[in-house]
Amino acid sequence: MSWVNALIQGVLIGGLYALFACGLSLMFGVMKVVNLAHGDLAVIGAYIALGVIAVSHVPVLLSFLIVVPAMAVLGYLLQRTVLQAALDRSVLTTLLVTFGLSVVIENALLQWKHADSHSLGVNNSILTGSFTIGSQIEIAYLRLMIFGVAVVLLLGLQYFLSRSKYGRLIRAVADDREAAQLAGVDYRHVFGIAAAIAFGTAGLAGIAYGMFGQFGPTAGTDTILLFAFAAVVIGGLGSLWGTLLGGIVLGVAQQIGAQISASDQLLAGYIVFLAVLVVRPQGLVARGARS
Amino acid sequence: MSDHNGVPLLDIDTLTVHHGQLRALDQVSFRVFPGEVYAIIGANGAGKSTLLRTIAGLHRPTSGTIGYDGRDVTGLRPERRATAGIVMVPEGRRLFGSLTLEENLLVGASRARKGEWTTDAVYELFPWMRDRRTQRTAQMSGGEQQSVAIGRALVANPRVLLLDELSLGLAPVVVRHIYAMLPRILATGLTVLLVEQDVSQALRVATHIHCLLEGRTTLQGRPDQVSAAQVEAAYFGLAHAKER
Repeated sequence: MSWVNALIQGVLIGGLYALFACGLSLMFGVMKVVNLAHGDLAVIGAYIALGVIAVSHVPVLLSFLIVVPAMAVLGYLLQRTVLQAALDRSVLTTLLVTFGLSVVIENALLQWKHADSHSLGVNNSILTGSFTIGSQIEIAYLRLMIFGVAVVLLLGLQYFLSRSKYGRLIRAVADDREAAQLAGVDYRHVFGIAAAIAFGTAGLAGIAYGMFGQFGPTAGTDTILLFAFAAVVIGGLGSLWGTLLGGIVLGVAQQIGAQISASDQLLAGYIVFLAVLVVRPQGLVARGARS
Repeated sequence: MSDHNGVPLLDIDTLTVHHGQLRALDQVSFRVFPGEVYAIIGANGAGKSTLLRTIAGLHRPTSGTIGYDGRDVTGLRPERRATAGIVMVPEGRRLFGSLTLEENLLVGASRARKGEWTTDAVYELFPWMRDRRTQRTAQMSGGEQQSVAIGRALVANPRVLLLDELSLGLAPVVVRHIYAMLPRILATGLTVLLVEQDVSQALRVATHIHCLLEGRTTLQGRPDQVSAAQVEAAYFGLAHAKER
């Protein structure tokens, strides 16, 4: 039964990893930017939530109402300025710039908040609880909720990209930005919108991460970015459903590793990651048309 | 140079464009008047596509100006030129491969000027499209893709339509078929500036031809005013053929 439990816990944690990864995947799919600051942005989201809760005493579950729009605005502005300037030079420059951004964010947070860990406390008694199936399987409501949020977010993004006018423009620009310009579309603005969405999801990921456990200034690259990368690579770049699958595969691998020996948890995840890179470098879900 | 007295829609003045060190266009000047079909001809590497791409805003000229409808658009971004009414069908079609036919048209229409070209009007021009509008364009034949590319440009309701090498990679029958719809497009009041490697095709449809050789103008005139020998000389640079 404990193996079944590991499987279930792995799937649920996979939802959190998919939340980490979907913004990274979107920015790569649309503008070919590998955002090395993605994890740090999620951490910024968590700190904003911390501040919002301290000041206004809103419940943690509602903090996203402020965090997500704030991150979206930050995303649009950063894309239209620093990231676009980097893109105008070359795609490689964006790697350097987002790496620099990551260093700046982490050090600024260390200066300001020191290396203390924080967490976004959940006072809701229902969410801190859990239910059991049989004697071995215990499912925490919080994990179930985070998984649900990830699935709903991916469904929403999928719907937005395939049905809405801006979703259509995002896909068109991802296909051929020059042709989009010839059709009168300002691709810089469309990039800004895509970045706003990606940053918004990073903010959401940050809140989920803060509720799930402890976070400090360097959690962005220590944990979030690495897991996001692993999920994206396992699932396949540019595919939203691949991202969810990648997150789940990573989560399950880690939990099964932990089942073998507590110290094998991370190792097992990375072994699967490397195995996928070797055997199926395009990811489990080959890049579909939807980005 | 031209027997028009009206205001030119496009006024290209001593345009010079470099690709790195290479001078792709050297002081090219011409004017296109409303309702004309102005054809740029020339051999491979003569600078035809560079000229069209510069007019669409994808290349910055080293010197010279591009006037459109009485104003200078030389510094305008390509998307602003498109919304102002200069719309190009790019070489190689450049459709959005992961989008359906209809979505391609909708993207073309998303920043459209007001006008009579709608997706429905395009479906009337190319009746086969209506049944296949939910298909991805990546699965279509070259001629079909070219028609979609033309439709995508038309729904923006351009005043000047730039057609870059429509015939490239297409069978002669298909090329003829595509050019056959040109009169219907012109009937809606459009002006066409086209680049064509197939000289006989260009001579059939053009009201005005302009031959480039290594970035320089070698011949300009109405098709009925130039002889085949002149065109040949200008095209290959056999002699220094000048305007009559």
